[in-house]
Formats: sequence, structure tokens, C-alpha cells
Amino acid sequence: MTKLAIINGKLADPAGSDLASGAILIEDDRIIATGDVSLPPDAQTIDASGLVVAPGLIDLGVFATDKPAFHFGGITRAALMPDQSSPLDEAALIRHATRAGKPDFWVHPIAAATRGLKGIELAEIGMMQAAGAKAVGTGRQWIADSGVMMRVLSYASGLGLTVITHAEDGGLAGKAVATSGETATRLGLPHAPACAEAMAIARDIMLARTTGAAIHFRLVTTRAGFDLIRAAKAEGLKVTCGISPAYLFLADNAVTNFRTFARLSPPLRSEDDRKASIAAVADGTVDVITSSHDPRGPEDKRLPFADAAPGMAGAETLLALSLNLVREGHVSFNRLMTLLSANPARILGVDAGSFVPRSAADLIFIDPDAPWIVDSGKMAAQAGNTPFNRVPVQGRVRRIMKGGVFL
Amino acid sequence: MPDITVPSASPDLAGRALFPHRHLLSIADLKPWEIRFLLDEAEHWAKSNRGGARKHDDRLKGMTQINAFFENSTRTLLSFEIAGKRLGADVVNMAAATSSVKKGETLIDTAMTLNAMAADVIVIRHASSGAVALIADKVDCPVLNAGDGWHQHPTQALLDALTIRRRKGGFEGLIVAICGDVLHSRVARSNMLCLAALGAQVRAVAPPTLMPPEVEMLGATPFHRMDEGLEGADVVMMLRLQNERMDGAFIPSPREYHMLYGLTPERLAIAKRDALVMHPGPMNRGVEISSVVADHPDRSAITEQVEMGVAIRMACLDVLTRGARGVEGWA
Repeated sequence: MTKLAIINGKLADPAGSDLASGAILIEDDRIIATGDVSLPPDAQTIDASGLVVAPGLIDLGVFATDKPAFHFGGITRAALMPDQSSPLDEAALIRHATRAGKPDFWVHPIAAATRGLKGIELAEIGMMQAAGAKAVGTGRQWIADSGVMMRVLSYASGLGLTVITHAEDGGLAGKAVATSGETATRLGLPHAPACAEAMAIARDIMLARTTGAAIHFRLVTTRAGFDLIRAAKAEGLKVTCGISPAYLFLADNAVTNFRTFARLSPPLRSEDDRKASIAAVADGTVDVITSSHDPRGPEDKRLPFADAAPGMAGAETLLALSLNLVREGHVSFNRLMTLLSANPARILGVDAGSFVPRSAADLIFIDPDAPWIVDSGKMAAQAGNTPFNRVPVQGRVRRIMKGGVFL
Repeated sequence: MPDITVPSASPDLAGRALFPHRHLLSIADLKPWEIRFLLDEAEHWAKSNRGGARKHDDRLKGMTQINAFFENSTRTLLSFEIAGKRLGADVVNMAAATSSVKKGETLIDTAMTLNAMAADVIVIRHASSGAVALIADKVDCPVLNAGDGWHQHPTQALLDALTIRRRKGGFEGLIVAICGDVLHSRVARSNMLCLAALGAQVRAVAPPTLMPPEVEMLGATPFHRMDEGLEGADVVMMLRLQNERMDGAFIPSPREYHMLYGLTPERLAIAKRDALVMHPGPMNRGVEISSVVADHPDRSAITEQVEMGVAIRMACLDVLTRGARGVEGWA
């Protein structure tokens, strides 16, 4: 039985209100105590002085198992979107996906809600849960048929699984690649109004109310969308939502000059919506910050804007960009760890992302002020498609422990 | 016709400073005086093109001009081809239907291929917004955008501006109504920017389903009713309505569109008495424009637009290749 004690670090306990001094005691792959603990004499000590010790990040909704990028970013677990070359719609595929990262990275697959993600027939959600799926997802699109969506929610609720949905009305979004506004008009890009998001959220909240199901809107990016989520939470519905740093720090004018690295789904929004997103993180409406990691090489991105695939490589910049929220005073360090670790763990139902005794010993040592410059040419990810190229950021992960073992 | 001073298009006085651009991709890249410079240059070619049978000028002799058209075109392709040939260039046309694009070659690979063939100037049309800029970034020679998606068609805006200037004498205070499918129109986007930069009052007239959001940012005032948009207009510029948008997708039917937005003689009467009628072609007679208006000998400038197209394209080809030709002040 191995005992480890991490000492001298500042602890970023998601349940706490401030960074606190203290130790973390680990036995095998579990945390057994944190804070003011007396160290057993047989424990090996690890010095974390000058560093912040936090739970490993749990990235709720990524498109690739890209371990080097995740490790660079301090991500120790990720929920894999069902949108793979073969959609994750049966148990064997789920089982295969869960094994892809072990032992030093854990993938929690999201089961496709419908066969082939087509939005028509229910997939074998129960079988996939037994094979390791931790949530149900609609993938990159919403489910257009409200009847199907209601049955997905209701069936998943019976299994205790959260449904992770894409908040964009497909009819309005159509073939749009940008949000309606000055930039889309100037560039002559197919566009859809930002209300496509709120319309989808409004419907799905009503279905969640009717079915009592837990629903998570993976990326909410508009003021109107946050207003709906805020109201649903006040009502006590099991509604959560996430966002990725791109929508917090970029607006739709980032696609000027047809920059395909800024082609995302949903598309980047107006500056007003960007500010509303920051406010929604600050007031607690947002539960999760995800990288939405989707590495795409030149064959997908070096194309005319509308033909390029959406998505950005976000794993490496997730923590550093999110730390801007702490530096700018929108959230505390501890709250940030709730958004990056504790809440994703809660939504997936995994005993990680927290310092509670018996939680998985997935820890990261953060040098919170270490400066570096994002460089799309030198990324650990499978591809360097980041809209934050050449942006100076602060915050680096110095060490990662996965299941009680340092990488 | 108003008297316009025609500066010499001979090797230039102020050189590159007059037009410090490698490519011609978007009107948005151009300053008003750069637009005027191109119009002045084109004026020279307009005169020489009318000057009898011998129109040839050999300044581009030995240079290769590739017209890479990834989207079908008749008049623009022809116009660029004639412009290049009148300047003495070896003009080669690459049509998408017969090219390796159909075999799955990527746009970047096609660009590299064209580049490797040592073209001196490449003219590109593509169905995707931004595609021409993408290619321009990868080649060593000047690139002219002959239309990319809904984004830009700069030579069309320049030829329209030249036509207006010849007929109206200038732009200051001129009311120009751009009418029709503004949403999907690169011609409209280029013209709004160009005419606003030159000092005209630009109106965008379209049904709400065919009006881009925040069109004001491109310098145009939006109108949803044709009659209001035409009130007091000096120039009425009609846009082509694509067939695939006609049946229920954006408007209910061609005949309803004609009723509400078609340019008929009655409707043209709302504009100024001497209002000029323009259309970038090809026209849908009886849909966006009635034949009586299109063929009106005094009011319609539609064939003159085509004529000015050659002059503008000659000017652009000349100006953009001056650096490579070692013209004094441009190298």
C-alpha cells in the first residue's frame, strides 16, 4: 500500500472558497484526506511549493482522444463525443473508446442518443451504459424531431444518465457557417440568427420539465440562451450548461479574412453575446468550461471558409485561457476548478474532480502565472487549429498525477 | 456625355504609390483614390477600344494569364479573355468542368499547380466566399478576383462605377438603388462598398428574406419596398435572381417577385426622369426586369456595362503586372 503526501502547495479545492495551504494524502489511487492532515510516517512526501494543486481537468465533450494535448493541458479525463468516424451507437464501440487512453488518461464515452446520430431511432443506451458510457449525447446537432428528443430524455432519465445536447435549431442553422451580423454580411457567408440557439434551448427545457430528465447544453453562447438556462435553474429543473473559452474571448469578427481556425460550431457570436457569456460564468449560470477539443489538419481547415470543418484544438489552452477569468476577477480559482473538474465529474457521475475522500487521485500541479505564447505550429495536439495563435497566456501545468501515479 | 479628363495610361508618374496592392481581391481593400485611379486608367482603354479596328496593345506580350473559373461564367470569362488578348498576353482558360477539381484535387493543390506553370497573372472565380484569397495567398503572381461566392466581384463594381461616371459625370450626391437579391449577391456587396466610397448615396432594395443583416455597415440604406427605394434615384441597378432561389425558398414565385420588385416602365417612372438602368447580366427578362426597360435606348446602360467591363479588366491587368514588367516606379 503506497502512501503519498503532497505538501507545501496551495490547494484549489473546488468545494472551497479560497486557495488554502495544506496537504493532500493519497493512498493507492485515491485521495484519503486533504487540508490540515497529520502525515503518516510511512508516507512519501512530494513538495509542491510555489504551485497550485488542483483536481485534474475533466473535459466534458471532446471530439478526439488526443492524449499529448490533454496531458499538456492538465486534462486527466475527457468525455468523448459520439461523433466519431463510426458514431458511438453500440456497446462495442463504447467499450473500445473507454480503453483508448488507459492507464494514464481516461475516456468517458458519450453514447449516441440515436442510431447513427440520425435523430430517428433510440440507440441501445442501456447496453452502452453497461459498457462504460457515462452520458447520452445528440452529437454535433440537435434532434429535430421533438417526439424523438422527448423519448431520449425520458429513457435516459430512467437510467440516471444526463443527456448532452447541441443547442442549435437545425432548421434555422441550416448550412450557416456564421452568426448573422456585420462580419457575415461583409464576408458573404451563409449565416443564421443567434436565436437559433435559444430556440433549441427553449424546446429542450420544456421537454426536460415534462420528463424530469437531466439535460446538459454542451455549449451555450448567447445572452438569450443564458436567460433561459438561468430561469430553468431557478425553477429547479435539472438543467446545466457549458461553454468553451473561444466564446468567452472571441466574437464573430475573429473570422475576418476567412480565418477557418475560428470556424466553430456553434459559430462565434456578437460582442454583446460574448459579454453575456462572461457574465453567465461569473453569476454561476455556466456549470462547465470545456475545450471542445477538435483537432483538424489542413485537409479540413485549409479550405474556403464555408467548406472548412468546424472546430478548434482547445485542450492545451483550456486552463490557461480559463485562468483569465480568475485574473480578471470573474470567478475564484476554486470556482474555476468547479467548472473545469467538479461539475463535469458530477454530470458524468464519476468519483473524480474533487478533494472529497475516496475521490480518484487525479491531480495537477499548476504554475498559475507562468507566461507562454500559444503557437499553432508547435502544439502537442494532433493539429494546431487554434484561433488563439500568437496570443500570450499565463498558467502551465507542471506535473500530472493520474490515479495516484505521476506521469 | 460629360467631359472627363483622361490621364495618360502610359508608364506612370507616381508609380506603385497609386496602387500599392499585389492582388485585386475585394473593394474593401481599396481607398477611394485607388478606385479613381483604376477608373482613370480604364477610361483610356475605353477610348482605345472604341477607336477603330486595331485594338491591340502589346504591353503584356510574353506574359501568361490564366483564367481559372471554378464556377460557370460566360461573359466575365470572355471579358477577361478579350482584355488579356488586347494587351498581348497569352491567355489560357481553365474551366472547372474539365479540370482536375472534379477529380477531387484540393483548391490549394490546384493553386500550386497553376503557380508551378509560372503564370504571370491569374484570374479566379469560385463559388465559395474567400476561396480566391486562399489561392492568392499561395501563388507568386497577382490574382484578380472574378467573383467568390457571395463575397466580392471587384471588377464588376469598377465597371459599374466607370459606366455611371461616364453617364452621370461623378458620384457625389448621386442616389443609386441596388435592387433585388442583395443577400446572395457579390455584385451588390462590391458595389455598395465601391459607390459609398466614391460618395454616392447607396440604397439596398430587397425583400426582407433577400436582405443581408446590418447592410448599413457596407454603406447602404435598406429599403423593403421597391417604390420607396426608387424614389428620386439617379441609377437603378438591378440584380439577377438565381433560379434556385425563386420557388418558395426565399420568395414565393417569379411572378410575385416581378409584381413586387420587377423593374417595369411604371416603376422606373418613380426614379428620376433620366435615371440610368443597369444590370450585371445575365438577365431574367420578365422577372427582375421587363424587356422594355432593359432595351430602352437612352435609359439602359446594360450593354455599356459590358463594354466597360473589358476596359476595366484591361486596366486591372495592366496595373497589377506593372511591377513584374519593371515599369518605372512600379518595380
